[in-house]
Amino acid sequence: MTETHSPTDDEILAATPHADEKHDNLHGPTDKQFIVIFVVLAVVTSVEVAISYADIGPLFLPVLLLLMVAKFFGVVWYFMHVKFDHQLFGRLFYIGLGLAAGVYVIMLTTFRFFGA
Amino acid sequence: MSDSVISDTVKDAIDIVKDHADDVHDHDVHAGDVADDHGDHGGHHSSLGLSNTKLAMWLFLGSECLLFGGLISTYMLYRNRHSANLGPDQLWDIPFTSASSFVLLTSSLTMVLAVSAATRGDLRRTKIFLTVTALLGGLFVAGQIYEFTTFYREGLGFTTSLFSSSFFTLTGFHGVHVSVGIIMLIALVGMLSKNKVSGDNAETVEMVGLYWHFVDIVWIIIFTLVYLIPA
Repeated sequence: MTETHSPTDDEILAATPHADEKHDNLHGPTDKQFIVIFVVLAVVTSVEVAISYADIGPLFLPVLLLLMVAKFFGVVWYFMHVKFDHQLFGRLFYIGLGLAAGVYVIMLTTFRFFGA
Repeated sequence: MSDSVISDTVKDAIDIVKDHADDVHDHDVHAGDVADDHGDHGGHHSSLGLSNTKLAMWLFLGSECLLFGGLISTYMLYRNRHSANLGPDQLWDIPFTSASSFVLLTSSLTMVLAVSAATRGDLRRTKIFLTVTALLGGLFVAGQIYEFTTFYREGLGFTTSLFSSSFFTLTGFHGVHVSVGIIMLIALVGMLSKNKVSGDNAETVEMVGLYWHFVDIVWIIIFTLVYLIPA
């Protein structure tokens, strides 16, 4: 009679997506860490508003856009838990985001928005 | 074939079936553990062990990017198409809109704290944080109504110019999304109070939370591109 091979616990976990990250990112940030992240986002918003009143020349647009992107991904990664969840959730969102960005950059380029 | 050989064969067969049943059970337990570690607390799961509800919500939010992308692009295209005295420079009240932005950002914090409390099974704190989130959302919408009213009194109607049409459509759609979020929050508090949430409480709170945070990230873009960057 042939001996049947049943997978061990380690084999099952190794075959599961992100099994190696299982213990590293188990629950995401704590409540205190969420408050710290909120304070950082609030400070970034304050800096944005301050920059809109200040004259920083050609840096104005790139700095403001950079801060906007930082805030955006701050909320997506930490508050929406993308950094700690299964990759598939984030990928579904990024596909929509990337598609939207691509389609509308092409649309704005067609209407000569960037050259105006 | 002797009776003892047949008996041994049957016993071996029973052992194999039992071992296989145990293996299947262990595999299901591990799949469930891993799914929980990725924030899935219950409900129907896909073959990956992930929540179908959560997958659907992320897919919906991805599609919402296309909706708001279209509205933001249209506004960017038409933001200079206005009369001399009724453009962004004359109308925007940056301190007021900044305060609104802080209100919405704070509501994102209270929402994430509600999700955290729900994950811990702390129903009382969950309901408190959800209620505070709804109130902050209400404050944001009230601010938006006040802003719209002010603009209208200054002569900026929906059909005044391409700028006004695209502006009111973009911010109006966002306001409607916030309002729908508030309704979802209030309904969720009511359902949690009456224990009428079907499935897992934590996952349901998380789904509403994802929607609410999405509304916040859309405002992050609107606030910078529409209000802070001058035409």
